[in-house]
Amino acid sequence: MILPFLIIIPLLAAFLITLISGEKDNWAIVLSVLAEMSLLTLALFSFFTTGYDTFVYEMSGWKIPLTICLVQDALSGFMLVIVNLIALTSLMFSISYIRQYSSPWKYYALFMLLITGMNGVIATGDIFNLFVFMEIALFAAYALVAFGAKAEEYEAAFKYAVMGSISSTLILLGIGILYASTSTLTMAHIAAELQTKDPQVTYWVAAVFLVGFGLKSAVMPFHAWLPDAHSSAPAPISSMLSGVLIKALGIYAIIRIFFNIFGAPPVFLMIFMVLGSISIIVASYLALGQWDLKRLLAYSSISQIGFILLGLGIGTKLAILGAVFHILNHAIFKSLLFYNAGSVEMALGTRDLRKMGNLRGALPVTTSTSMIASLSVAGLPPFNGFFSKLIIIIAAVQSQHIIYAIIAVIGSLLTLAYFMKVQRYGFHGETVINEIKKPVSLGMKSAMIILAVLCVVVSILIIPGIREITLDPVVSVIISKTGYIQAVIGR
Amino acid sequence: MIVYILCFTLFLVGIYGALTKRDLIKIILSLGIMGYAVNLMIILFAYKEGGSFAILVKDGINSNMVDPLPQALILTSIVIELGITAMLVALSIRLFQKYKTFDITKIRRLSG
Repeated sequence: MILPFLIIIPLLAAFLITLISGEKDNWAIVLSVLAEMSLLTLALFSFFTTGYDTFVYEMSGWKIPLTICLVQDALSGFMLVIVNLIALTSLMFSISYIRQYSSPWKYYALFMLLITGMNGVIATGDIFNLFVFMEIALFAAYALVAFGAKAEEYEAAFKYAVMGSISSTLILLGIGILYASTSTLTMAHIAAELQTKDPQVTYWVAAVFLVGFGLKSAVMPFHAWLPDAHSSAPAPISSMLSGVLIKALGIYAIIRIFFNIFGAPPVFLMIFMVLGSISIIVASYLALGQWDLKRLLAYSSISQIGFILLGLGIGTKLAILGAVFHILNHAIFKSLLFYNAGSVEMALGTRDLRKMGNLRGALPVTTSTSMIASLSVAGLPPFNGFFSKLIIIIAAVQSQHIIYAIIAVIGSLLTLAYFMKVQRYGFHGETVINEIKKPVSLGMKSAMIILAVLCVVVSILIIPGIREITLDPVVSVIISKTGYIQAVIGR
Repeated sequence: MIVYILCFTLFLVGIYGALTKRDLIKIILSLGIMGYAVNLMIILFAYKEGGSFAILVKDGINSNMVDPLPQALILTSIVIELGITAMLVALSIRLFQKYKTFDITKIRRLSG
């Protein structure tokens, strides 16, 4: 069983980094990159060996209702691959980027703690354990948002921490009510017990969880903290937060709880669709008015989360395939765009689109990768974003939700509009810029190139033969709803 | 029943404070109240009228004991809350150093 190692390795790395690091960050870099590479290998291995099976690891030798269990199925394997892939590129980007701040080794320790929390949330099969790992990830995230130690960063971190605490308290309340009505904390047992109870319980708890996890995933009425936190953090952390944190703590938890535990009641699918479409339209509209590059990208994250939620809400097999594929695609291109914003900020000292200009000569790699990422997020073929959005729109039309399909198309066009703005003013503007303050280092360049290549390569996952071994098992975990009970208990 | 209602009122007091107060420290205290209300509610879910400690007795099983699991959960949750509160207090000290005020309406350089 390899699941425990996905939690132990980053936790141990965080501990060792604080022990052995002095003023220099060399050992911290070596340790964290080694840990992250082994984590990515393990995650890939677990994803490709799992297939349609479910493996359960029971901690410390006790049997399931008495112990905390870790559950490995296609969905958790898929999320683990995304988290650790983005984390590895983020570390490559961090090496020279983070040296502009004081005591960089603390950054690596907190980063490893963030990975521990996210891997834990994804791997666990126990609902209170999910809460604990979520708090570990959030605690590291608050500290990392404030890592730049400027006034705005403290302000954003405080706002984020207050919103995060409110949502965590609501989630704890929901867990308490679930325990009171089912007398168990193992997710599969909760799901089995809830089927024998009054559906009223499910609706009350689901409402509390909807607000709690809605705040975590920043869907539209709960989004206020995201543009501040994600634009103030250091660039590699912005990419971690926007690329994977809101998906691991928000979307993944929503899928597990609403689909696998509550069995996806139709009224909540309806709510997902409405919230998703509000997020798509309003966040795209707000992004259109931004001149701060990172703020624009943060609003864009809200609107792309809307696409994922819309796909989940439609609930047919095709729509969920689109949502799952969009989770992967959004992680790749949004992280890439935040790296671009980070390297521009480092080279020019600004992220205001009006002060940027033609960067083709000064920052060739950044400019070309940002072009790929922009086309990808705007949904132009042959890049990955095109396929996932197309699948979601086709699924909406197929299931007679014409209005939602139109909303998705309009959202897609608005996305194209604000990324045209980014390219027009930010990277291909009129004033030619030749002088840069600091060169973009090799690690930063390679992180951007890897993700830009993935933007194109990931499109092949949609080819039927490859889809059957990668995306289809993930979709089957979600679509089988409470089949999760049978998979975990009835072995 | 009345204890649950009181507990929920305490929760609402906390959420009201967190959403409406303008002082950083009062916001942190309101978050604390919210957390305590939830902790208290989870303890109440496990409470049994006249129940005893959850300790093994000599002859067989102690049938009339309160559920010990929520108490373990609450210990964990209190520790987490301690960490978050410490983080919030540290952030508010830094905010005071930068902005020279605790008033949240004056701490707004981020907008839009």
